[in-house]
Amino acid sequence: MSRDIITTIKENVIQGRKTQGDVGIDDSFAGTPGVVELTQQALESNISPQVIITQAFTAGMQVVGEKFSTKEYFIPDMLASAEAVGAAMDIMKPVLESANVETKGKFAIATVKGDIHDIGKNIVAILLKGAGYEVHDLGVDVPEETVVKFVKEKKPGYLGLSALLTTTMTEMGVVIKALEENKLRSSVKVLIGGAAASEVFSQEIGADAYCVDAFEAVKVLDAFQESQA
Amino acid sequence: MPRKGILVDSPYERLTREQVELIHQASMQILTDPGLISFNREAVDILHSHGAAVESIAGDHQSWRVKISEQLVLSAMNSAPKTVKLGARNPDNTLIMHGDEPKVYLITGSETNIWLDIDFPTYVNKTDPTKEIRVPQFKPRRGTVDDLCQSAHVCEHLEMVDGYIRTVNIQDRDITEDNKDVNKFFASLNNNTKHFMSGLTSLKQLDNVVRMAELIVGGKNALEDNPIISFITCLVKSPLQFVDDTTETFIEVCRRGLPIVVSSSPQAGTTAPIKEAGIMAQINAEVLAGITLGQLVKPGAPVLYGSVPVRARMDTLGDSYGSVETSQYNIDCVQMAHFYRLPNYSTSGVCDSKIPGQQSSIERLFSDILVTMSGPQFLHCAFGLLDCNSVFCLLQAVLDDAHFKMIEFFLQQPRIDQPELEAMLKQIREVVATPQKLYISYIRPVLRSGEISGVYPFEGTSEADDVFDLAYERMKELLARPVEHIDRETTARIFEEIPGILPRLNIYESRN
Repeated sequence: MSRDIITTIKENVIQGRKTQGDVGIDDSFAGTPGVVELTQQALESNISPQVIITQAFTAGMQVVGEKFSTKEYFIPDMLASAEAVGAAMDIMKPVLESANVETKGKFAIATVKGDIHDIGKNIVAILLKGAGYEVHDLGVDVPEETVVKFVKEKKPGYLGLSALLTTTMTEMGVVIKALEENKLRSSVKVLIGGAAASEVFSQEIGADAYCVDAFEAVKVLDAFQESQA
Repeated sequence: MPRKGILVDSPYERLTREQVELIHQASMQILTDPGLISFNREAVDILHSHGAAVESIAGDHQSWRVKISEQLVLSAMNSAPKTVKLGARNPDNTLIMHGDEPKVYLITGSETNIWLDIDFPTYVNKTDPTKEIRVPQFKPRRGTVDDLCQSAHVCEHLEMVDGYIRTVNIQDRDITEDNKDVNKFFASLNNNTKHFMSGLTSLKQLDNVVRMAELIVGGKNALEDNPIISFITCLVKSPLQFVDDTTETFIEVCRRGLPIVVSSSPQAGTTAPIKEAGIMAQINAEVLAGITLGQLVKPGAPVLYGSVPVRARMDTLGDSYGSVETSQYNIDCVQMAHFYRLPNYSTSGVCDSKIPGQQSSIERLFSDILVTMSGPQFLHCAFGLLDCNSVFCLLQAVLDDAHFKMIEFFLQQPRIDQPELEAMLKQIREVVATPQKLYISYIRPVLRSGEISGVYPFEGTSEADDVFDLAYERMKELLARPVEHIDRETTARIFEEIPGILPRLNIYESRN
């Protein structure tokens, strides 16, 4: 029973089916329970949350990543799978907290002051949540004081800053400087991204990493995780 | 079920209705003054017996001036079929063309003398020997019957190719004028199940190639129902001359009731006026004269209004298929054929460039897009052709197929109706109410339905241009796929009854 439902959750992650009403890649899944309903069933059957996360979510997302890299899957497929896992993680949150199971890490993300572009930021948030991170989206046009306050109070291990415009990219440096002034810089890894950013700019403003796209952000965070393990 | 083709609901038109009628009237005047010069006696006799005025012309070659009245032309137009069927070995590849329906079928050809081989030598950067780059190198050589087999094989698998016109002139040492036709027909038909169109090198071989087709489809009546072969003749030499031998071939094919293209290829500036009105009035007169002759030979003979107009290059006075005017003339001809409600054989994609590359892509895409949009029924769109009509490159044909896929997608009709708009309004309201405000989750239901155009199939993964490399891989993949050859028993009968086919083309014998 346990293995069957875990396998089914994994298959639905690969199909990118959050709920029963969602379409997948394979028509034979139509009308069957999606990741959210199946996760609920698994919890009711007292299956360990860690088993659900590792054997269903992570294993499923790994297959999705492989299919994306071989161009069988496209970004909408990847996001659908990540959204399905993210929604399931939401219903697992109370169980995880009571069982003292930690997420892969706390990640805050913001589009900097003066910039309201958020497509890339939102995709990063969806993918990281699907990858098992606790994601806090601070929104768009976020001033440095708000970011500093959040880092001070919530203590995220990772901070993502996004800017589309050449006129607003310098705000990413302003945030890093504000973190330094508040002696918070060493507590958080700062990742930057967005159309205006670059590897060179990342080094100039003292960020920890530049991510060319959302997938790079997942890889970079996973690499930070491994280096800390 | 015939092939679906590309239906162009609102064809692009350059000419107004008044201009079309003016061209028609001018063509009618040309056919009586100055009329045509015919070097073929039989054509003269046929036209004369139906009332055309004929007078002998003094000179070295026997020739006659023929004046064809508008009444005779219009009567012939009435008997010319408005629907022409081109059959195929695989019935699913049948082409049905209605003169009043702008549905475009894409066809290969014409015949080139040169085959372009491709190689990818590696070059090392002189200043940094760790840096290497693979650059395509194109090597021209004379075409062979093996090349024709390969071309037919790949074109069988090219999705956008609806029919096959032989792409390469076979010039092997054991190919002669007497056996060329049977070998080009067999090589093409044996490696391709789509409709096959060709010219004839020798009229003496007409019975042999028709018999070959009869054996393949199962007899004379079966060939009438499913004409898997058709012919193209340039019976007209511009300006306004019926050539002796091609006119003889044309008459014989019409007599047998097999489909044939009446083709004219005047060159604006040399064999036709440089001005659009002039070349249009002349080419239309030339094609109508041919169609008239064909209908007098056999009323109801299936003919296509064939047009291959081209502008002259100003530096060499050779053909300039890449010139913008060439596309204009071709689109004008499509409109004239629509005016007469006759299925049209038109031309696009022939380029001046000698090798695949940027010039080739720009020239061919320019005319491919525009002429397709005008809605000819049979678009001889030069898959793989380069250097006007003299070079064929299989790699280019693979690229052309991908580009036509894009043109086909572009010409789909917009799906905008009340239910669709209501669904979209619902979607917009739903997304705007979400925090992320992204429509991405709505992509998936249409992602694999064909409603979204694909990524360019030869897009590279790095900053380097990998188009040729990837297209070459695709070409090899298509060559490795099997094709449905003519069956063993029929092949044996063909080799038994039809003389001159090279033994190495018998795949059953050569495999043993």
